[in-house]
Amino acid sequence: MERVPILKIGDILIVSIQVDLEDQSVLTLQEDLAEAVVKHAARGVIIDISVVEIVDSFIGRMLATIAGMSRMLDAQTVVVGMRPAVAITLVELGLNLGGVRTALNLEKGIALLDHVRSAAR
Amino acid sequence: MTAAREMPIASNGDVVLVRQYVRGVAVEMGLSLVDQTKVVTAASELARNALVYAGGGAVRVETVENGRRRGVRLTFSDEGPGIPDVDRAMTDGWSSGTGLGLGLSGSRRLVDEFDLESAPGKGTVVTVTKWGR
Repeated sequence: MERVPILKIGDILIVSIQVDLEDQSVLTLQEDLAEAVVKHAARGVIIDISVVEIVDSFIGRMLATIAGMSRMLDAQTVVVGMRPAVAITLVELGLNLGGVRTALNLEKGIALLDHVRSAAR
Repeated sequence: MTAAREMPIASNGDVVLVRQYVRGVAVEMGLSLVDQTKVVTAASELARNALVYAGGGAVRVETVENGRRRGVRLTFSDEGPGIPDVDRAMTDGWSSGTGLGLGLSGSRRLVDEFDLESAPGKGTVVTVTKWGR
């Protein structure tokens, strides 16, 4: 089973999904991330899906779950790098990502997190 | 033309293999990137359905031709409990298991042709076709 590495920069955790994930790896990532948020007292989580070729309902639900879970643990989540074909497919599939924040790339994602946090102060 | 291939769906790893193979065939048939993404996403949903609701099954992946149009056809079959009320199962938000209730209705929107045959105790066969533009 593939395990997705979680990187830490300051109080932000960055996850870049580089492989075609099977369902068990997705569940493991959720758990690993929840633990990492608490362990590092992270305030933000960025999930980079720029090389992910498809997001089906299972992966979509993972993204919404991670966002909800992070919120409970006082961290904000931003999904970055969604491919245009993936966005078109998600809309037709009818998947509502449950208020997951998105940004076009990593840089914009970090800027969004900074903005959200300064607004909350 | 690629020969038809029958693939088992018995584990999460098989779902990944089905996605990858369908992607390859869709590329070969000249589907656009968006259409490739749609048919691979539908394949992922339907393969997972077979795994979750029927404990596994199989998919037949084949290429189809109609004049100058080329496409990919996927036939998912399982010997699970079947679907008692097909119309209801095709409704958005309906789900009997752990999904989001988008597997069938969502997949139908992602493909050009969709056919579902199922009866209680008889298993389920879902056939979908995606054509190149």
